[in-house]
Amino acid sequence: MKLIRIFWRRLSTPSKAAAGALLGMGFVGGILFWGAFNTGMEATNTEAFCSSCHAPIVTEIRETIHYANRSGVRAICSDCHVPHEWSDKIVRKVQASKELVAWAIGTIDTVEKFEARRGHLAHREWKRMKQNNSQECRNCHDFDFMDFSVQGQRSVAQHSTALASGEKTCIDCHKGIAHRLPDMQGVEGWQ
Amino acid sequence: MRTVTIAILLAAGLLPVAAQAQETGSAEIANVNSGGQSSLRGLTELDETRQADAFKQIPKDRSPFASAYVYQPPLIPHQIRHYELSTNANKCLSCHSFKNSRESGATKISVTHYATREGQVLSDVSPRRYFCLQCHVPQVDARPLVVNDFKPVDSLQ
Ligand code: HEC
Ligand code: HEC
Ligand code: HEC
Ligand code: HEC
Repeated sequence: MKLIRIFWRRLSTPSKAAAGALLGMGFVGGILFWGAFNTGMEATNTEAFCSSCHAPIVTEIRETIHYANRSGVRAICSDCHVPHEWSDKIVRKVQASKELVAWAIGTIDTVEKFEARRGHLAHREWKRMKQNNSQECRNCHDFDFMDFSVQGQRSVAQHSTALASGEKTCIDCHKGIAHRLPDMQGVEGWQ
Repeated sequence: MRTVTIAILLAAGLLPVAAQAQETGSAEIANVNSGGQSSLRGLTELDETRQADAFKQIPKDRSPFASAYVYQPPLIPHQIRHYELSTNANKCLSCHSFKNSRESGATKISVTHYATREGQVLSDVSPRRYFCLQCHVPQVDARPLVVNDFKPVDSLQ
């Protein structure tokens, strides 16, 4: 009984050196973990990473405005598909782990399979963007700073009405801005 | 001795002739037809590469140019970059169809687009009219390539 009490005291009152060592290890470990974690997050944001599973998408994006344009400013996959807010980002990354399962099963590992599943994936993406009010688009395109005097008449007609009032959001009108579309029969505002 | 002199003189006399022959030979080569073409747009030689023209800029939205003849498919008065036109999607109709034009404020497609080749009227756009860019192209500020005194008929002026 006494032995136990001594042992317990030892444990509950660690020497200053040990406490320091522990704290130090925790600190360094924390930095290493944080660094590795964020590096992982960054590495999985590159186009090369996405293209390892989404090759057809990467070839067709080349003709679109977000790949090549007069000013040379680009949007890459993660700009539109990975939220900027840290918490949202983690959530999306965890959701993306589901993609790993789909990848293992091979839901879109051939062009034909991808084309067949494309409508389903696109609808999921539209729903997500509709829910967050096209947050990814707005990270770059801020409505408050749109200069109607230099936009085309068609753009002004829509942006100053349906967009300004909040009745519609970017993705309602700009579907297919970066990709070829799936069969649009039955999608609101099409055909 | 005499024969040698005559031979030298003869040779000397022949030289210019030979030289001349050579000249006409080279002149002939220059005249060889290298497959070029002469037309109203000027002379083009096959072995010469003409300087490419500058790209034509598609102006931002503006009112459509006037038609030059009756039944001319109207020109597209705006940018259509990356507008998808495939069996999956028709971006043009997402504004210009009868259904969508009310909201978009775009010009409706003509009723002729609902008729088949035999004149039968369908309930939706006829397949032969589906691919809009077969007849309609974006308008650009392009001057005629050759002098041209075509004038629209009176009713269109
Ligand atoms: C390991 C392979 C793999 C990698 C790497 C990958 N994806 Fe995917 N992704 C998939 C698979 C498989 C699907 C299809 C999921 C399904 O069939 O349900 C998918 C679906 C999607 C979708 C459709 C939306 C949805 O809700 O399913 C988007 C958007 C997407 N990926 C974007 C990206 C982006 C951006 C990257 C790069 C940051 C990326 N993917 C990297 C395998 C991958
Ligand atoms: C990383 C920043 C970024 C993101 C994210 C982004 N864009 Fe863009 N977008 C640009 C830039 C830059 C241009 C224009 C480049 C130019 O005109 O030189 C552009 C151009 C456009 C255009 C003009 C097209 C044209 O043909 O003139 C539209 C429409 C557009 N974006 C819509 C969207 C939508 C919708 C989203 C969300 C799904 C989005 N953008 C997300 C940067 C971005
Ligand atoms: C009610 C429909 C509608 C909504 C909502 C909408 N747009 Fe547009 N937008 C248009 C139309 C129509 C055009 C002109 C035609 C085109 O470029 O396809 C346009 C053009 C643009 C252009 C090119 C402007 C120019 O004239 O050079 C950009 C950039 C753009 N939109 C971004 C956005 C962004 C970002 C959002 C969300 C914040 C958004 N739009 C929401 C209909 C809409
Ligand atoms: C300008 C924003 C933007 C960029 C950049 C972008 N996407 Fe998308 N992506 C979208 C939108 C919007 C959708 C929803 C479908 C649509 O409207 O085309 C989508 C849909 C998808 C889908 C679902 C299937 C489909 O085709 O609809 C996948 C997979 C995908 N994107 C992958 C990528 C990859 C990989 C890249 C990088 C090469 C990329 N995206 C770049 C906006 C973008």
